[in-house]
Amino acid sequence: MALHAAVKGKLISVIGDEDTCVGFLLGGIGEINKNRHPNFMVVDKNTPVSEIEECFKRFIKRDDIDIILINQNIAEMIRHVIDSHIAPVPAVLEIPSKDHPYDASKDSILRRAKGMFNPEDLVR
Amino acid sequence: MSGKERLAIFPSRGAQMLIKGRLAGAQKGHGLLKKKADALQVRFRMILSKIIETKTLMGEVMKEAAFSLAEAKFTTGEFNQVVLQNVTKAQIKIRSKKDNVAGVTLPIFESYTDGTDTYELAGLARGGQQLTKLKKNFQSAVKLLVELASLQTSFVTLDEVIKVTNRRVNAIEHVIIPRLERTLAYIISELDELEREEFYRLKKIQDKKKIIKDKAEARKKAMLLAGHHDEHDAANLLDEGDEDLLF
Repeated sequence: MALHAAVKGKLISVIGDEDTCVGFLLGGIGEINKNRHPNFMVVDKNTPVSEIEECFKRFIKRDDIDIILINQNIAEMIRHVIDSHIAPVPAVLEIPSKDHPYDASKDSILRRAKGMFNPEDLVR
Repeated sequence: MSGKERLAIFPSRGAQMLIKGRLAGAQKGHGLLKKKADALQVRFRMILSKIIETKTLMGEVMKEAAFSLAEAKFTTGEFNQVVLQNVTKAQIKIRSKKDNVAGVTLPIFESYTDGTDTYELAGLARGGQQLTKLKKNFQSAVKLLVELASLQTSFVTLDEVIKVTNRRVNAIEHVIIPRLERTLAYIISELDELEREEFYRLKKIQDKKKIIKDKAEARKKAMLLAGHHDEHDAANLLDEGDEDLLF
């Protein structure tokens, strides 16, 4: 199974608001596996944080996912879980959402690089 | 001072040679590791600047994609649920390759298209153009994000490796080499001391021998003066006066 997945290529998963998910699904990254588990999660304002956390942890455990895209405002909610994920694969990417502009100083990865460059460089 | 800060080793020539060899090895290793750390650092800086560049670009691309989504919604009407319910197989997938920098493997992600578009018929009624644009925008966003993901993964991996390498370099520079040097100094001082002791002992023995010899000579002279003409020798014929030979 794992070998099969490796041959077939890995997936990109999305945790985000409805519009972000719809956009990426139209882009063609969505997949529902045999167990009816989708590789995306739609978060609205009624979604409890614990559910997002659980979903994020599930995505990390799945071996067919290589990249996890997550809206930055949602990433902010489960920051402690993201910060505790230090393995290089799957890569967690924070993306701006429709109504939250991208804030480089909040990014987990870029915060790790703090001191090596000036965060203001991003806002040019 | 000693005991903990140098290796527990018996000071001898052999040990000295051994420690000398180890010191040379440690210095060589230090140089090599330092070179590796420098090479990684160069790569790291490059990736960092690329990440910053790509992140800025990503902001732009995402903004455009979100805008085209709004545009498509305006013309087509609400299609969110239709899209969310009709997910089957992923069209864009990721392959990972390995890149090698100074013995560190960095994963490189690469997206490729596989299979058909699930939403081929979406927007057939109206807003097809906007939907096509939307799809294209999001596909290019995915491509950019995949690129960013591989940069980020390399970044994390390199960060870790650089830390480990620097720790090693520092350990060799500040712990292992000084300890070896101290051990070497200790061995040399011990050996010098042994040599001095030996030298002193030899001198002392020489002095003692000289004193004994002088005394014997003086006694002989005194006997000669007193008129004892070799009566000792005449009396003892068995004693040839030779030293005993020992084989």
